[in-house]
Amino acid sequence: MVTEPEIREVPASGERPRAAVVRDALGVGVAVGLSGFAFGVTAAGAGISTLQACVLSLLVFTGASQFALVGALAAGGNPFTAAAGAFFLGTRNAFYGLRLSQLLKLPRALRPLAAHWVIDETTAVALAQPDRKSARLGFTVTGLTLYVLWNLTTLLGALGAEAIGDTRAWGLDAAGPAVFLALLAPMLKTSTERAVAALALVLGLGFLPVLPAGVPVLIAALAAPVVLWMKGRRP
Amino acid sequence: MNVWIAIGLTVVGCYAVKLAGLLVPAGALERPLVRRLAALLPVALLAALTAQQTFSTGSALVVDARAAGLAAAGLALLLRAPFLVVVAAAVVVTAGVRALGG
Repeated sequence: MVTEPEIREVPASGERPRAAVVRDALGVGVAVGLSGFAFGVTAAGAGISTLQACVLSLLVFTGASQFALVGALAAGGNPFTAAAGAFFLGTRNAFYGLRLSQLLKLPRALRPLAAHWVIDETTAVALAQPDRKSARLGFTVTGLTLYVLWNLTTLLGALGAEAIGDTRAWGLDAAGPAVFLALLAPMLKTSTERAVAALALVLGLGFLPVLPAGVPVLIAALAAPVVLWMKGRRP
Repeated sequence: MNVWIAIGLTVVGCYAVKLAGLLVPAGALERPLVRRLAALLPVALLAALTAQQTFSTGSALVVDARAAGLAAAGLALLLRAPFLVVVAAAVVVTAGVRALGG
């Protein structure tokens, strides 16, 4: 399980029970899928039409990029810089894809379809599984649940934005970071991972005030090679 | 129209990077360094995103009710709460602190 990796029940065969994988995947898919509501509300608050918000959730389907795009448009950014910020945030999905292509070993014909679901949450659930079969199941169930709910709640959020009033008063802007933290926590197993996270945090916050939206997060990604390089130098 | 241009570019760009990751030849990934790097990159990106979404508004660094919400989420994680409870804790505490004027 993403949030409880240690108490995973692994039978003698080394495979996880399907029910356990599905339960984990549904947990993540439902929790994160519901936060599409926050996106719908945020988009509507930024002056994005309901149709545009729904097209973003249907065809972009990577939350951080969607929030970044809507935020940049609301702040008056031109379409090219706004899209660049969203694109930079989305490039992390390429690295998730690198891991997943090894782990899932999907047939070539299926890859263009599966690619649309390569995001933080599906990657985290798939990586948390001990074998390929469980990883494929976890990826599929998380992807499907999250995709359906994310789009449904985007629509509801956009339509209901006026009824709900101030989204910040409801604390919905804290859902995103809480989701990221819950996905990150089980990955912090060794001192190397903790060092990467700490350095990324400093870089991400340090460059935020001085560089365009989306760029600091890419610079923070450099924490991974930097920490590896420093470990390599240590005797 | 500007919004649709931005949406179109984002749709194409974000899908292209997702697909690129999956289509890189497996041989390129068998080097231990590449594997290690690919495993550590999500850690770096998630840490940066968590920090940025908690402690910034636009390009300004701020500490507000979201910090309390994230602390609540962290506590829930330590107590091994389910995923939904972790997110709910962050939302409820953030809303609560704001209601109290924080």
